[in-house]
Formats: sequence, structure tokens, C-alpha cells
Amino acid sequence: MRVLKLSKKDEKKLYDVLNKFGEVWAPVPKGSRYVYDKIEKKEDLVSYNEFVRTILPIKKFLMPQDFNILNLSPSKFETPKVDIPTRVIVGVPPCEIHALNILDKFYTTDFVDNYYMERREKVIIIGKSSLPDEYLFSHKTNTSIVEEGYDLFFIDLGDYYLVWVGSEKGDDIVRLGSDIFSEDVPVDVAHDFVAYREKRRKAFTKHIDLEGVTDLMELMYDADFWDEFGEKCLSCGQCTMVCPTCTCFNVIDELELNKDEGHRRRYWDSCMFKDYSLVAGQHNFRESRAERLKLWYTHKLKAFIGHFGSPSCVGCGRCIITCPVEINVETVVEKLKG
Amino acid sequence: MKNTYIPFQMKVKKIYTESPDRTLKTFDLSYVNKDDKFNFLPGQFCEFSILGKGESPFGIASSPTEEDILKFTVNRTGSVTNEIHYLQEGDIVGIRGPLGNWYPVEKFKGQDVVIIGGGFAFTTLRSLLVYMLGHRKDYGKITVVYGARNPDLFIYKDEIKEWEKRDDLTLHLTIDNPVKGWNKLTGFVPTVTKEVSLDPTSWCVVCGPPIMIKYTLPVLTEIGFPDEKIYTSLERRMKCGIGKCGRCNIGSKYVCIDGPVFSYEEIKKIPEAL
Repeated sequence: MRVLKLSKKDEKKLYDVLNKFGEVWAPVPKGSRYVYDKIEKKEDLVSYNEFVRTILPIKKFLMPQDFNILNLSPSKFETPKVDIPTRVIVGVPPCEIHALNILDKFYTTDFVDNYYMERREKVIIIGKSSLPDEYLFSHKTNTSIVEEGYDLFFIDLGDYYLVWVGSEKGDDIVRLGSDIFSEDVPVDVAHDFVAYREKRRKAFTKHIDLEGVTDLMELMYDADFWDEFGEKCLSCGQCTMVCPTCTCFNVIDELELNKDEGHRRRYWDSCMFKDYSLVAGQHNFRESRAERLKLWYTHKLKAFIGHFGSPSCVGCGRCIITCPVEINVETVVEKLKG
Repeated sequence: MKNTYIPFQMKVKKIYTESPDRTLKTFDLSYVNKDDKFNFLPGQFCEFSILGKGESPFGIASSPTEEDILKFTVNRTGSVTNEIHYLQEGDIVGIRGPLGNWYPVEKFKGQDVVIIGGGFAFTTLRSLLVYMLGHRKDYGKITVVYGARNPDLFIYKDEIKEWEKRDDLTLHLTIDNPVKGWNKLTGFVPTVTKEVSLDPTSWCVVCGPPIMIKYTLPVLTEIGFPDEKIYTSLERRMKCGIGKCGRCNIGSKYVCIDGPVFSYEEIKKIPEAL
């Protein structure tokens, strides 16, 4: 893999290089939080040293919250023609890149989801390492370091960034930006790099012990604490909306007033919602909130391994800061571990 | 790249009203474009669309041995099934399929097979039965236990009459509670299953309402059927049918792609399957 250097004095020139490849998007403050937003001016492209947790993860670019999947008319069902812009997403943390790798696997295994793929091809990922905040626990989910899934990846080493090139697109970017990306990476940067890694490793403070939870999910399937969580849960579904690997969707048809034309809409759904498993004849396979919580945690911590070889929690901490009643990976694991 | 979410068109060829209360109707669909014709096996399902009203999954009730049609039996119970019931012959609908896996008809070859069904869930069992009768010499003894709440709620009544006449098929029909004029069996499917002395060296396929499946499977174990020779088909809410929408997830399986057909052996490993 190629590694280059970008000097901090050239940092402001990065925007113009990236902007040649597409719209530049990056985390920007919104209230007390952050959101991925379009960056219109190069001054607005800010690099953060500490982990930035956007309200919604990058899945919002790949599986829109609500979109038309088919146009309906009496003679045919057609895929709507939409112009999907190429987006260069800057500042994506390693755990989110892991989530992206999981989504890639999920959407291309068995059947390929065209809607995901056509958006995936239009996304360029500029990853960035940062120091953990008090909620990040990606060191416990093996997602704090990333080796694939990005086009470029930045590590801030003081006066300069080390830049990993992870794809052909990434290679195109550094070629076009050859005046700011330097091939001169002397061996001694390794010292800075090792020191940074060590500093970062020690900076993690959220130690959720996930060892053995896969088996515990099985052993504790009928434990009472699920009902206690069920009592508290509001079924608001926020945990699933903010989770970078939650993918469930609902599909409905809507007709125009002429009743001959319409569209099929697909939008984010949540397994926390009561009608999630409701079938014809009003039979509900998951009537209670406790059953629905169990489904989510089984899926995240255990079942996903059966399908794709790894758990689907990437340790981003969004459920911890989002759930209004403190049902999250941390409190569930605490109960699992007794 | 082919978009698997786009249905193709089929025309409603014939409609049968299955029950006097008109809650059950069967629809024979014919292909509008010959190129859309697909191969399938008994147990698979399709997503059935009506313009602007939505899409729902239904097991294919026809057998691959029946040329050029797809048959679906639909219980009128929600918004999509309501619209399906309004269909007229000649109307166009959308179909995506075939989806899911199938009953292991290859394993059944040369073996005795028991089919146990309940109510309007007899659809894919009809497919299986018609398929095996179409390849009759490939299979051993075929026994059917079929139960409904009352005599009106059996589907495919005309065909049942034909099946009753056959000497290469044993048919046990049962209703939940006694009704005047009913001279066949009375009792719930699990009870009747116990009473009709089934041969546990057979393969067995069970499909019906969730509650029936739940109580019938242990009875089969009691009779002596090994778990790996008992198959059932699970029902779950589904939107996509291709393992993406997430709703049919149980344990580490998706009913739409890993099922809907599962052996009892597999089901026992999935905590919330039944």
C-alpha cells in the first residue's frame, strides 16, 4: 500500500483537489452535535483531532432515509432515474469504515441491492484517525484500526498527515494533488507513527468487555433482565436509526390522485417498532418490547457472526449517547456479564 | 445489472372462490411475457404486487408440473390481500420470484412421504402433492393429514374429491369441531396426527398456522420421526424477499433466503423460530 505525506501548511489546498472529484462532505457542528454536511468553501473543511460522532452515520449516503425505488404505472414498474452526485466524504473514522465494509458485505451477499450499489459507487471515503472520546469503544470491537474500505486515510502526526492510499480512486486523488501530496516519507516517520498509535491506544476509556458475549447471548436468552429493559424501552427506534450497521427498511406503495400512477417508497424501519414482525391475521411474532430488544442484540452481537463472520457492532457509541432510557450495548453487556 | 426489486407482469387467468364466506380465493396467473417464465420447486414463494397497493409474499400453490401458470391462494385479511381479492380475470399484477428454498423433493425420492397441513396454508403443500403425483413412481407411499376449522375452510375442494378417489394416496381430513353431515375425522391436527398411525420411517412436511406447527412437531417426535426428516415452512413478515429488509430475521437466519423451508433439526437451533 502506498503511504504519502501531506504537510499541514498545504492542508487548505486539499479541498480544491477533492472538489474536482465530487461534492465535498464532512462533519460540521449542529447544535451540540455534528452532522455530515456539504462543504461549500474550503475554509469550512475542518479537521478534528478528537473523534467526531455525527448524529447519523455515513449509511445515510448509501441507503437514503426515504426514497422511491419504483415508479408505478398501469403498463410497467420502472426504476426512477435519479442523478446521484459523487460525494467525497472527508473525516470518516475507522469504526465507520468498518461499518461500511459490513454494509458492503451485507448488500452484496446472496442478492445484490442495486440501490445500494449505485450509491456506493458514487461515494469516495477519506478516512481519518482521531483520538477517542469518552464513549468510543471501537478498541473493544476490533474496529479501531482500519486496513481496507477507504480511498484515502489520514493520520495526524503533528506537522503533517500520513496519507494511506487504499484504492484506485485514492490513487487518482493523490496524482491530481501531486503538488501537495509528497512521496518523501522517510523511515523515521515510523517513530512518530508508533508514538501516535500508543497515545491513541491509551486514550480509550470506555472499556466494554465484549469477550464471550456471543455465548452469553445464548445462555442468557431467557434472563429476567430482558423484561426489565422491555419495561423501560420506549420503542422509539432511535438506536436503530443511529446505528451504522442497521439496515432494516419498510416498503409501501403510494398512488397519485389519478390512481393510475404512483411509486413504491422504501424508508428506514426499526425492529423496535411494534408492527415490525406483524403478519396477516394480526399474528405478531414479537409482541413484547423485550422480544424486540432481544432480536436487536442477538442480531448485533451474535447472529451477524453466523452470516458474515463478525459481530455488527463497531463500537461507535451512538446507542450509548442516543438511547433516552439507557438501553445500549454497554448496559446490555453489563447485564449479560452479571 | 438486473434489479431484483422490479416485478414482472402476469395476467389473472382464472379466479376460484374457495370458501362460501369469500375470505379465500385462488388466482391462476399466466405470463404476459414468455421470457419471464421461471423454474421453481414446491415450497418456494413469490412477492405479489398490485399497482399502488403494495407487495406481499405468498407461497406458490401450483406445481412446476403444471405448465405456464402460477397459482396463489390468498386469505383476505389485510390491505394488500383485500386488493388482491378485488382483482378480476384479465387484470395485470406484478410478481417477483421464485424466492426462498424448497421442500427437499430430491431426498424424498424412493421414500414414503407424509404431508400435514392446516387451513389455507395448504398452498405449498398442494404444490408438493401435485408435484409428487406428477412424478408418482419416484415416490413411495404418500399420506396426507389436512385439517381446517370447518368443512367450508378447506381449499382446493374439487381436487380433494379427486385425491380421495385415488388408491395411491391416503388422505385424512379433519375439522376442529363436529359438524352435522361431516363423516370424516374430527379434532385438531396435532391430535389427529397422533391417531392416524403414521409410519415414522417416512419423511414428513408440515405447514399451517404458527400455532399448529408448534404443537404438531413435538407429536411427530413422539411418534418417532427423526428431526432431520421433518420439514416445515415458516411464515414471517417480509418486504424484500432477498435478505435485505431484515424483517424475517430469526436467529442467524433470514426466512426469505435461508428458508422458508427448514428441518426440525435446524429449527431447534433457532430460539424464536416457533
